[in-house]
Amino acid sequence: MNYSVLIPMIVFLIIIFFIGYWSSRKLAGSSNFISDYFLGGRELGGFVLAMTMVATYGSASSFLGGPGTAYTMGFGWVLLAMTQVVTGYFVLMILGKKYAIMARRYNAVTMIDFLKGRYNSTAVVLLSALSIIIFLFSAMAAQWIGGARLIESLTGLSYQSALFLFAVSVLVYVTIGGFRAVALTDAVQGAVMLVGTLVLLVAVIISGGGISNIMQDLINENPNLVTPYGAEGNLGAAYVSSFWILVGVGVVGLPQIAVRAMSYKNARSMHRALIIGMIVTGFIMLNMHLIGVFARPILPGIEVGDKVIPLIALETLPPWVAGIVLAAPMAAIMSTVDSLLLLVSSSIVKDVYLNYVKPDASLKTIKRMSFGVTGILGGIVFLLALDPPDLLIFLNLFAFGGLEAAFIWPIVLGLYWRWGNKYGAIASMATGIISYIALHFYNIENGNLFGVHTVTVPVVLSLLAFIAFSLLINRQAYDYNAILYRNEK
Amino acid sequence: MKETDWRFRVAHREAWIGLGLALFNFVWWFAFAYGLGSRPVEEYTYIFGLPDWFFYSCIVGFLVMVVLVTVVVKLFFIDVPFDEEQEESR
Repeated sequence: MNYSVLIPMIVFLIIIFFIGYWSSRKLAGSSNFISDYFLGGRELGGFVLAMTMVATYGSASSFLGGPGTAYTMGFGWVLLAMTQVVTGYFVLMILGKKYAIMARRYNAVTMIDFLKGRYNSTAVVLLSALSIIIFLFSAMAAQWIGGARLIESLTGLSYQSALFLFAVSVLVYVTIGGFRAVALTDAVQGAVMLVGTLVLLVAVIISGGGISNIMQDLINENPNLVTPYGAEGNLGAAYVSSFWILVGVGVVGLPQIAVRAMSYKNARSMHRALIIGMIVTGFIMLNMHLIGVFARPILPGIEVGDKVIPLIALETLPPWVAGIVLAAPMAAIMSTVDSLLLLVSSSIVKDVYLNYVKPDASLKTIKRMSFGVTGILGGIVFLLALDPPDLLIFLNLFAFGGLEAAFIWPIVLGLYWRWGNKYGAIASMATGIISYIALHFYNIENGNLFGVHTVTVPVVLSLLAFIAFSLLINRQAYDYNAILYRNEK
Repeated sequence: MKETDWRFRVAHREAWIGLGLALFNFVWWFAFAYGLGSRPVEEYTYIFGLPDWFFYSCIVGFLVMVVLVTVVVKLFFIDVPFDEEQEESR
């Protein structure tokens, strides 16, 4: 076992625990448990907000899978990764102030609360709760597997023990600390990611003999590696551009991101978060994917993409530094998992149980439910991740694109288009999910339709469905201020 | 019924600004990447060791967006209270 790598990572985990414990003490004295546990009491400042968005967003794929693909594809994949810079400012600018104001008016704690307030429809709530539970649960399980694999490759522990270690550390502080703990540890983890990627990039450049040298090696091996078209020359401009939807602007529709856009304290926090978030996202994405490409001449012939980052870190850095740097992908995976876990459990407790099963549940019951459901969910994911069923992997493929196609228009148009109504929202969600799944199979059989990523067409179709059904059935302008009159009565 | 909350006008304007920035970002990214990148590899020049199309599209593009977003937020984004009928607490 490699102790010099392991010790820095353990120290890191202990610090994270400590933060979870500290926020749980704050939670104990709270007067509004629901809002505090699931939303951190709407008082995140700019820096924490920015970091929690970056950390939630930067998952196993940006730290292991993405750089691994960049290793195989070359600069074309770094170009693709840079489409994510836009999320840093776009999400907060589009949802922005109106979302924050309306979320407060509806007293919304989850994204579904917002949809419930806006469309006032049981079908919308249940449909969205169901999609969140199914898709995000699978997405989360996939992250657990990634986390366990990372620990496995670092420590030499068996996959089962690694998974157990990972599960315990995640569960402990999500259950005790809730959103505030997750947001705070996200901030720490974001900072770790930022520094870690920079250290690793510098080490890789030095060990490759400078950028020009690395570039020459790449051209000698295969000139396509330095073009935007991928190693085989098959990375088309339309395909790469369609990632602007999948990982760029479409992220507005992701529940785990949207919920963060209602958690900030005031407009100043939002302004600051917007700037910090974009700088940090861009910086991390650029670094990680450049590391992937630059690693190629230094360590040729790595077969499994996910192993590129751990291997190159162990190769170019002294072991204890590698331990700290590899805490970055660990941090990314953990923070994604934490927020997804919390989101799925909030959908169950808050959106389904409190809305429809037992609206008058006592505070004590709610508390017990929240901790309990979070814990049980964690247990189920653990069992599933021990031996991942095919269905899980299958659902995970749809998680991001499917949720974006389902939610982007009900949220964005619900916010800005007063003619939008529940029929539009239901049609839009159904169209988004169904066409996404259908197109997925079509693309596997026949190659990508129009040469773009699967997400593109469903996003357009769900827009058309939203507009058509809102105008055709029960057309009525929505009054964004009506809720105020109702509250005053 | 018809009167619009003044904060919504601010929010609507800022959402349009966000859309505009994203469009500009896309055009910059696309134009440099595929405008310069489609030449044969032998004709590439290298800036700080990186291929020119990548340098302009991703590095300069990123920096330009950082400056642009910062300036836009500082100059055009307005601080509004989120709660009803009360001044924003500091």
